[in-house]
Amino acid sequence: MIAIINTGCANINSVRFAFERLGVTPEVLSDPSQLNKFDRAVLPGVGHANVAMKRLIEQGWQQAINEYNKPLLGICLGMQMLCDDSEEGNVKGLGIIDGSIKTLQTGNLTSPHMGWNNIKVSKEHPLTKGITSDDQVYFVHSFAHEVNSTTLASCEYGQPFSAIIAKDNYAGMQFHPEKSAKVGAQLLTNFMQW
Amino acid sequence: MLSKRIIPCLDVKNGQVVKGVKFKQHEVVGDIIDLAKLYSEQGADELVFYEISASVEKRLLDLNWVRDIAKNIDIPFCVAGGIKSVDDAAKVLEQGADKISINSPAIARPELIKELHDEFGKQCVVVGIDSFYDEHSGEYLVYQLTGDPNAASQTRYKTQEWIQRVQDLGAGEIVLNCMNQDGVRKGYDLSQLKQMRALCDIPLIASGGAGKEQDFVDVFNQANVDGALAASVFHKQVIEIPKLKQYLKDNKVATRLCN
Repeated sequence: MIAIINTGCANINSVRFAFERLGVTPEVLSDPSQLNKFDRAVLPGVGHANVAMKRLIEQGWQQAINEYNKPLLGICLGMQMLCDDSEEGNVKGLGIIDGSIKTLQTGNLTSPHMGWNNIKVSKEHPLTKGITSDDQVYFVHSFAHEVNSTTLASCEYGQPFSAIIAKDNYAGMQFHPEKSAKVGAQLLTNFMQW
Repeated sequence: MLSKRIIPCLDVKNGQVVKGVKFKQHEVVGDIIDLAKLYSEQGADELVFYEISASVEKRLLDLNWVRDIAKNIDIPFCVAGGIKSVDDAAKVLEQGADKISINSPAIARPELIKELHDEFGKQCVVVGIDSFYDEHSGEYLVYQLTGDPNAASQTRYKTQEWIQRVQDLGAGEIVLNCMNQDGVRKGYDLSQLKQMRALCDIPLIASGGAGKEQDFVDVFNQANVDGALAASVFHKQVIEIPKLKQYLKDNKVATRLCN
């Protein structure tokens, strides 16, 4: 069973529907004490880091996520919250995956980075199985994780940044696999098989 | 490289997709879900749904079809129609929409853009602008309530001023509908789009006038827009999305192929 951590953010239904299209029925979970009963967990996120992080801590998720020992996937802001800290609102993250979230330096390109872009796999991992450099996924963000040792796949928009990161049983995707057509479905299937 | 987006637009009225010419004479094109699924499977990069009678009838769009769309497609979509408050927007986003687009309600109360930005983030807030080129004065003027020919009217804004204003208030994307071109399939208004592109730091989506594949190449290469929106050419199968994508690629436009 997959738990979708209910932080009250707007894209929970999108994530739920994406798993349902793959034939699994996730549970939207509001009680942190129940988290360890699930085989997989997803931490979605849309909005402002400051607000989302505050909500996560107030609702008691920090400890439950820290103690979770099965695969957990953060999506977009959910991924960013798993990292050390974020420049958006100068907020401290959960510190589970190494790296800071900083403003994406887009140069003379428009910001936010919004739309379909290629990802380049740099490290073999069950999560990136079957993904090639022609594959595109859907991004919407203006803050990003700099490429480091946790990076499984990267993307470039003004600067290189991490598209997929992982450490131990925790992983994060900066883009929206739930909105990334067949490539996204492949990635979510990989997550279920991880 | 970031792909240029191809965005079919589905005008919704009484639960069906309709299409008019120059915003008038609506005819039924088909079922919302069938068309949404078809376009996403064909490789559309995003879809936009406008419930065209909502603003005119002073009500929020019907949320039921929004949820059905979210269940059935796996690409991002934007929803518009009578969204007048943070509460309205929250209802639409909760159903699974990725963005909300506001047009007439933003003209009535521009602070709405800032309120939506502060609550949901810039990436969610699209502002649609209906811009009419007035030949007599040589100026681009913003219109409102264009969903109904009897309610449509000129606003106090020139297009350039309004584009600046909505960006200052926190809009994350602008869809510029060039009204003179709408539905006539003679190509995008490159001259207007080029001028407005220079004023936009945020993504700009061209709307109105697509008639053939080359029109898309021209609007991306000449006006440097981030996306191109079209309706009738897709609804009437004048242009098929997989062929269009290949044509873009052959003409060196960054695109997402889905074969």
